[in-house]
Amino acid sequence: MNTLRRKDLLGIADLSPEEIALVLDTAEAMKEIGSRTVKKVPALRGKTVVNLFFEPSTRTRTSFEIAEKRLSADTLNVAIGTSSVVKGESLADTALNLEAMNPDMIVLRHSSSGACHLLSRICRSAIINAGDGMHEHPTQALLDAYTIREKKKTLSGLKVAIVGDLLHSRVLRSNIHLLTKMGANVWVCGPPTLIPADISRFGVHATSSVDDAVRDADVVMLLRIQLERMEGAYFPSLREYFNVFGMTEARLRGAKPDVMIMHPGPMNRGVEISSEVADGPSSAILDQVSNGVAVRMAVLYLLAGGAEHEAAA
Amino acid sequence: MPVVMDADRIGRTLTRIAHEIVERNKGVEDLALVGVRTRGVHIARRLARSLREITGQDIPTGALDITLYRDDLMRQAVGPQPLVRRTEIPFSIDSRKILLVDDVLYTGRTTRAALDALIDFGRPKAIQLIVLVDRGHRELPIKADYVGKNLPTAPNESVQVRLQESDGQDEVVVQQEGQ
Repeated sequence: MNTLRRKDLLGIADLSPEEIALVLDTAEAMKEIGSRTVKKVPALRGKTVVNLFFEPSTRTRTSFEIAEKRLSADTLNVAIGTSSVVKGESLADTALNLEAMNPDMIVLRHSSSGACHLLSRICRSAIINAGDGMHEHPTQALLDAYTIREKKKTLSGLKVAIVGDLLHSRVLRSNIHLLTKMGANVWVCGPPTLIPADISRFGVHATSSVDDAVRDADVVMLLRIQLERMEGAYFPSLREYFNVFGMTEARLRGAKPDVMIMHPGPMNRGVEISSEVADGPSSAILDQVSNGVAVRMAVLYLLAGGAEHEAAA
Repeated sequence: MPVVMDADRIGRTLTRIAHEIVERNKGVEDLALVGVRTRGVHIARRLARSLREITGQDIPTGALDITLYRDDLMRQAVGPQPLVRRTEIPFSIDSRKILLVDDVLYTGRTTRAALDALIDFGRPKAIQLIVLVDRGHRELPIKADYVGKNLPTAPNESVQVRLQESDGQDEVVVQQEGQ
């Protein structure tokens, strides 16, 4: 299979394992481009990509923009602070107005779950989800999978422990879909107040014991404690969170000796992860960032063809 | 399905081309081989082996995937996106003479893409083109410097180069389209 059978990338939930493998394989070829002196190929020459970000983002937006430029697409960033949204324009109207200028793809980040699905129904352009509310963040899960596969050669059979704020995390949802589809053994861990009630329905082990989650793990992935969403008093204090759940070298001793440490960023050092772990030899956190560009290039390339088919049909 | 080159013939042809390379470049100084994926890479590796037997020197050899440089990318109305594979050129091409290797020369569009891709890697002193089969019907002003076999074909025929490394045997066959 050489193509994504879809116009948009809305989430991992509806991707097949073959499609996931195709993105990861294509990303391997894309990664080499980033190591050249001339970091640019003409594949998306003449295509216009709009990066429409309704939430703050450094990593994801920069990563998409670099990926688009390396493929020679024309990119423009719509910064919401200076756009008509502050005058009260709705998401749908903003998107339809942008679309009237005939872009080929729209990369959307929005605080509402399902915002990308809404745009996918009303827009001809390919929609790429760069994070929607508490729903999905598919390119993050793909770059996580790429990083794991690069180090461990496979995803199948690995024990992956995901520790942190499970309730608000779109990264978690995308990762659960992806890792279980690819045959990994997924454990999720956090304070009981931050574990969604129906989580085991997704085929993962849920626990509030970090030691159980980390034991013999091949990969430990930390999730950010989303300080901006903590008004509900889910745990007594950040210090207490770190004491019980924070990833330290001592806690990691239960994991496999070659355990990989991952974090989607931005990190709260001293809350979900200690600096010694974040900067230690097991950390793959900056590899995740590097690989993000290659994975997003792969998604852009594969969907650019898909959108063309759609338009011709 | 006529076989136009068998394994022996392919072997002799590549040995002859290796000798031509040495003669024309007065040695193998500053040379590097770059094969166009997939079969160009296999042919480039075989030429590197022949050149080592002839001259005792190792020629750097790389692999080029031209997918992202194709002029029909994003233009075809239907059909899957071509698969992108890795480009591996583990040496600087600056000031080297690059021997670009492909299996079949036809319209010249693949070679055009490969030239653009190579130039993105640096500024070679020269690029010479090696093909196992030249089947004619050029659509661009491109000419090979070393040709294994000139094979006059009709546009509705297809030329298939099969190599041990990818296809389990060495042969070149001509097929009628739709056969």
